[in-house]
Amino acid sequence: MNDVAIKATNLVKKFGDFVAVDHLSFEVNKGEIFGFLGPNGAGKTTTIRMLCTLSSPTEGSATVAGFDVAHQGNKVREHIGLVSEKMIMYDRLTAQENLRLFGELFDIPRNALRERIGELLRVVNMEKWADQQIGTFSTGMKQRINVIRALLNEPEILFLDEPTLGLDPQSTNEIRDFTRSINDDAGTTIILTTHAMTEADMLCDRISIIDYGKIVALDTPSNLKKVITGADTSVIELDVPNITPTLVSNIQSMSCTQTVTVEDETHIRVHATGDEACDNVIDTVRSGAGQIRSIHNVEPTLEDVFLYLTGHVVREQVADKVTTQEGRHGRRARSRIR
Amino acid sequence: MGARSGIRHALWIAWKDLLDLSRNRMGLVMLILMPLFMMGMVGYIFPSNSGMSHVPVALANLDAAQGNTSLGTQFVAQLEALNNKTGMMDLSTVGSAADVKSNIQNGQQSAGIIIGSNFTSNLKTGKQADVTIVVDESNPQMSSLIQTQLTQAIGLMGTQTATYGLNQTYKTPLNYSLAQVAPYNVQTTGIVPGQTSYFEFVAPGIMGMVVMMSLMTGLPHAISYEREMGTLDGMLAAPVHRMSILGGKVIAQTTRGMMQGIMVLILSIVLFGVVIQGSIALILGILLLGVFSLVGLGILITSFTSTEETATMIMMTLTFPMMFLSGVFFPISQMPQFMQVIAQFLPLTYTISALRQVVVLGAGVPEISRDIIILFGFGIVLLSAALLAFERAMKR
Ligand SMILES: Nc1ncnc2c1ncn2[C@@H]1O[C@H](COP(=O)(O)OP(=O)(O)OP(=O)(O)O)[C@@H](O)[C@H]1O
Ligand SMILES: [Mg+2]
Repeated sequence: MNDVAIKATNLVKKFGDFVAVDHLSFEVNKGEIFGFLGPNGAGKTTTIRMLCTLSSPTEGSATVAGFDVAHQGNKVREHIGLVSEKMIMYDRLTAQENLRLFGELFDIPRNALRERIGELLRVVNMEKWADQQIGTFSTGMKQRINVIRALLNEPEILFLDEPTLGLDPQSTNEIRDFTRSINDDAGTTIILTTHAMTEADMLCDRISIIDYGKIVALDTPSNLKKVITGADTSVIELDVPNITPTLVSNIQSMSCTQTVTVEDETHIRVHATGDEACDNVIDTVRSGAGQIRSIHNVEPTLEDVFLYLTGHVVREQVADKVTTQEGRHGRRARSRIR
Repeated sequence: MGARSGIRHALWIAWKDLLDLSRNRMGLVMLILMPLFMMGMVGYIFPSNSGMSHVPVALANLDAAQGNTSLGTQFVAQLEALNNKTGMMDLSTVGSAADVKSNIQNGQQSAGIIIGSNFTSNLKTGKQADVTIVVDESNPQMSSLIQTQLTQAIGLMGTQTATYGLNQTYKTPLNYSLAQVAPYNVQTTGIVPGQTSYFEFVAPGIMGMVVMMSLMTGLPHAISYEREMGTLDGMLAAPVHRMSILGGKVIAQTTRGMMQGIMVLILSIVLFGVVIQGSIALILGILLLGVFSLVGLGILITSFTSTEETATMIMMTLTFPMMFLSGVFFPISQMPQFMQVIAQFLPLTYTISALRQVVVLGAGVPEISRDIIILFGFGIVLLSAALLAFERAMKR
């Protein structure tokens, strides 16, 4: 148990009849960056809320930093930091006042707190703004303060729930770098939820892919990608200027095809098995009068892994374009209401 | 995590809320304007006896004079003389009874006095003379006041006339004549010296009401708002006892409410001339006790509602009738029986009654001990229920 930061056993959370988190079991090692990757409504936030003692599990149990979330709530809270989807900041208070308030709530001695606040502000380059009201900040600046707020108590475990949501590319990169450095420098265990594949790929030591409240796969990013290549599946990207629905359904109906995704007006991504996969796809497109501008056998991304494992894509706006929903696993084509 | 750090956390959370409030310009303006509007509106909408002056009244003297004596004209002169002293009416003479009626109908005058055509002849032949008071039924409050006042004034004039008549006819001394005509001299006296106005009655009520409203709407707002904004999670994910969070909110909202209560107190004294008979410290003490008696209800509602919108709606639905039933504007004893029964179950009733006794009658602790005990009782029962509900609600 010494190198385990979090252990969840059969965690279940129901809202009425709706099962948001469905028997999750996993372990997070100390010093790890552990990612929850999943589409909207997968249950990522609900899981984090249970681990942070903000919501009590309907069934199952979990220990965080060695303490039981159900019975030792206060102990758990002493050892964690939380950056949730909504900013935990008061707009009419200055950065300094916000940080002082939360520091006091963690019972950090006054002098130590003053030093810690100064140090953290320096790390994120926000000393100049210490005495400005948060409400006047840009989203990126707010998020920097919000993240250091979660670090005031030098938590063993830091929860980051979609920390880069709604940030511009530059702020996104800053927060990602900062996340890395927190993990490198202080050895803080980090639980990160995201539906940005690249973010998970870049940052996480291990990723748990979660869908409909269940863990679909849990491994390192490179091992996850091997799921596809190991299963003799190729990811083929085609550049076809004249895509038609008939063409797509023709490809879909081939025996070697698993999924077809129309990525934009001219690109199709196909998962297909077998050595002849590529040739078969080309033949089908040709016979359907499709022009092929280029065709690549590409390295699978986490997005492909997710698609392969669940039969649907992560981002909802893309999900609308998926021409097939049936998938290889005979997965229920459940519609998502949000 | 002992009691001391629990209290410290609560104070920090209250500090945060009050700092936030102090920087919310719109919130501050409302904080000051609300009591001002309340006092102003209530004070001026409900007219009181002492406030009645320069009421426009139409006067029609239809008396047919006999020779060169017109007792009707004499009556008018007497009425004018009396009115000059009190300044109660603005009399304007009209020609006929129909004019009186139409003037009241078109809103020019609020009442009318008609002196009958047989006025002089009736009096000369030893009969009663007719004076008719015409009232405006579209304003019952006003018309009943005018009716009382005019009846009283004309009665007084009658007494004067009769006394003078006795004195002239039988040469009896004036004071003896008066005792014959009006044997009973009725005087009214209150517990405290001086005149009391409706303001004196209503100021304690508004004070109690403003503090309660502020707390009852402020508390659910403060908690559900933070829940919706997601900032509540920040406090809940810190090693802070739930009671400290609640305590901090209660302290902040109580402070806000008390500030408004004190505003009302100052306004009533400075602007509306209310004289505080009892001790100010006791008044503040009762207000705090009033807060204690109701805070549980605020927490209960906060616990059972998940959004700010529903919380505010429920609060409004509850506080509005409570305001009327607890005797803020009208004495409870004048309400229908069933309302009086309901009023007994409202903590605000006791807060206001205690406040009124202290403000108007100068009562001390012993005189209001019953109210104090009842308020404590309400507070303890509601608060115990509320804390149980709150614990549970935070775990959703
Ligand atoms: N308090 C609640 N009451 C009822 N249903 C809820 C509640 N909280 C979450 N849910 C539902 O549970 C499911 C999982 O929600 P959750 O917020 O955990 O998803 P998520 O993976 O974090 O998604 P997102 O990417 O949108 O943040 C959703 O369908 C959501 O509607
Ligand atoms: Mg979420």
